[in-house]
Amino acid sequence: MAEAGVPAQRQSPRLRLQGISKQFPGCLANDQVDLSLAPGEIHALLGENGAGKSTLVKIIYGVLKADSGSLHWNGARISITSPSQARGLGIAMVFQHFSLFESMTVAENVALGLDDKVRLDVLANEVGEIGRRYGLILDPERVVHDLSVGERQRVEIVRCLMQRPRLLIMDEPTSVLTPGEAEALFVTLRQLADEGCTILYISHKLSEIRALCDRATVMREGRVVETCDPREETAHDLARLMIGEDFSQASKSGTAQFGAPRLRVRNLHMAATAIHGTDITNLSLDVAAGEILGIAGVAGNGQNTLLAALSGEQLADDAATIEIEGQDAGQLGPRRRRRLGLAFVPEERLGHGAVPEMSLVDNALLTGYDRQDLLSRGSIMFARTRDYAERIVNSFQVVAGGIGANASSLSGGNLQKFIIGRELLQQPKILVVAHPTWGVDAGAAAAIHTALLELAEQGTAILVVSQDLDELLQISDRIAVLTAGRLSECMMTAAVDVTQIGLLMGAHVAENATANDGEKRAPQT
Amino acid sequence: MRPRLEARLGVSRTMVYATPVMALLLTMAFGSILFAALGQHPPAVLYAFFVQPISSAYGLAELTVKATPLVLCAIGLSFGFRANIWNIGAEGQLTLGAIAGGGVALWAGENAGPWVLPAMMLAGLLGGAAWAAIPAYLKTRFNANEILTSLMLTYVALLLLSYLVHGPWKDPQGYSFPQSRMFADSALLPLLTMGTRLHLGAPVALFVALAAWWVMARMFIGFQIKVVGLTPAAAGLAGFSVRRLTWITLLTGGALAGLAGLFEVAGPIGQLLPSISPGYGFTAIIVAFLGRLHPVGILLAGLLIALSYLGGETVQIELGLPLAVAGVFQGMLLFFLLATDVLVRYRIRWGRKVITQEAG
Repeated sequence: MAEAGVPAQRQSPRLRLQGISKQFPGCLANDQVDLSLAPGEIHALLGENGAGKSTLVKIIYGVLKADSGSLHWNGARISITSPSQARGLGIAMVFQHFSLFESMTVAENVALGLDDKVRLDVLANEVGEIGRRYGLILDPERVVHDLSVGERQRVEIVRCLMQRPRLLIMDEPTSVLTPGEAEALFVTLRQLADEGCTILYISHKLSEIRALCDRATVMREGRVVETCDPREETAHDLARLMIGEDFSQASKSGTAQFGAPRLRVRNLHMAATAIHGTDITNLSLDVAAGEILGIAGVAGNGQNTLLAALSGEQLADDAATIEIEGQDAGQLGPRRRRRLGLAFVPEERLGHGAVPEMSLVDNALLTGYDRQDLLSRGSIMFARTRDYAERIVNSFQVVAGGIGANASSLSGGNLQKFIIGRELLQQPKILVVAHPTWGVDAGAAAAIHTALLELAEQGTAILVVSQDLDELLQISDRIAVLTAGRLSECMMTAAVDVTQIGLLMGAHVAENATANDGEKRAPQT
Repeated sequence: MRPRLEARLGVSRTMVYATPVMALLLTMAFGSILFAALGQHPPAVLYAFFVQPISSAYGLAELTVKATPLVLCAIGLSFGFRANIWNIGAEGQLTLGAIAGGGVALWAGENAGPWVLPAMMLAGLLGGAAWAAIPAYLKTRFNANEILTSLMLTYVALLLLSYLVHGPWKDPQGYSFPQSRMFADSALLPLLTMGTRLHLGAPVALFVALAAWWVMARMFIGFQIKVVGLTPAAAGLAGFSVRRLTWITLLTGGALAGLAGLFEVAGPIGQLLPSISPGYGFTAIIVAFLGRLHPVGILLAGLLIALSYLGGETVQIELGLPLAVAGVFQGMLLFFLLATDVLVRYRIRWGRKVITQEAG
């Protein structure tokens, strides 16, 4: 694709920001930020929660307006006042929080993202085309509601690629992908960069940035602290630049002694509630006191069904299939399982783990009411509840406008810290946690990992479902892989073979890819 | 260039409470245009509609009498509406409450003791709740839409009342009029002030509103209702049973509507008639929303809508305007309320469609 315009433009940066500042009430989100993105470059944007990355990106994408400073697109000074204008210029963005219509199909969602009208069948072909070309396999007919997080992200990426962008902004794109998929995405991104597209890549996975990006801009407290070549820095140096101080990564010592099993699942069969969900077939597992069991796997392989079965949101046919602290719990609902000592962190924070329109106090009450004794004869004890919310916020350094702030006003990372803190302070005997650090930056992720490890040391049995294999390798004692609703053998993490895990995770993806070539796909088993 | 709605970034809290007032002002403005078109002098009509009915102690008492069933029904509905349970059949539940409570009064006859009034209230509550139990069962068992079932059951209830007063419960000395015997004095609600129709129902409605506020603001069950309405998935996670809350909200709504019906027949009416309510159960839906589903708001909205009933009667008597004016006013009020609500949440933009996305 040739760029229209004079050759001289190739020398000027695709996008240059100069002295961008943005003030929010009580917080200078961007302070004199300079950023220059060359054509065909993959540029990393690094920073902690609240460092100002999101604000900067929103300014580039026309969602927010800068208070001062200038934007130059291909050398010409412009002002971007709306996302549609940004898209018109050739700026596309894959958001961390997806903006998809749940009740519509993949193809319809892609169509809605386009500014021009396109026939749906033509579009469906094109979606398949782009999917094959860039390894983003999708069935255009499927309804988004039934897609996993990983699959939804593919829809977002394809939607952007449909517009043939000149600048593609990616916010934490690999957090839901397997190593193999991430590698495939990098191939895609490099391919795009070779075609002349600039990529602004926001991530906290430093190893990935060092493998992929040509340059990195590190932000802290709204300012640019460094622009460097990430390949010449160590991951530790980058993290230090980002956080501003030294930090240590928690990991499992590997010598811990485990107690008796606290959570046992025996031959669990469970049908998925969603139409395209994956059924769980004959799944058995044990988690012992003090142990962290990691469940790896690509999204859409039965994680949601398994999590619903464990939380009690979906009951098992046979009470004996799930045992909590030695008691048959398969027929107990979430409230009674919590009383037995179960705590649960779901995959989706807003809208499942928390009520967006309610305050942190109310959201603390949401799951803490029994184990924190927040009720008295049917009435809410507000003083105790506020105190509990306050303790969560303080113990987990949740950045929020007070405990009266709505859950929706928190950033993803801070809300995740709040939800994890809410469950941890209930001193659970068993903790089931889904994607504990998805979309959370390095500092917050380290804090969450440390908290999980401490909890295990105190004798809690922890089951972590995650797509982030690095995370599971770092914190879990044993790892099993969930593929098409079946669980592999549990392997000791110390002795684990990463390629083998990758293959187990990928088995289902390969199956899908071949099945997808014939237009209609047979229902998953 | 077509107009389209674009979501505002934030919803102003002040505006949420200001919209009912704006809706009222708009209703008055457009009502004036309507009156002018009918050849009337708008200020005179507005005076007759809004001021004249409540310029006497008797008028104020009448206002309270009319507001009582509206507030009771609307409070009951608001629990369900908060939990996304759309009970549209309060009118039917009100009717069943009147039948059950009135049945007790007729059964007790002249020799009723002081126990009869409490027994009637209990019967009214149970009658309304029983009628609401049908949609609750159909919803929880078969996932039948409660909007349809509760609405259709309203007509069944009205026909049942009609059958009773035309048949088995018809007053033998009533010259064949379709009406029951008059209730005994002990089966009538005590009047609060002489010379008016103000009865015990008004303080009960006030108490119910305060209790509802306590339940929603301080009780765990109120919290559960709010969570289910806002985010069903979070309610599932927390172990709140949607099934249980469906039953509770529908039964409560039905019981309060039934009590309102009993108050009508044991208060202003004093017997069972084929028609015991000018649509209080339906109008209560407007009252609930006008009051922002908040008990205090519902009290104020109940008084305002009650005024529209009285105002309609006054302009009919004084100016010869049709009684339908009251219905037009209520309809306009709801219309403007919904319209201003939309504009609080969205702004109108002219131009091409744009998908706005929210950054993380």
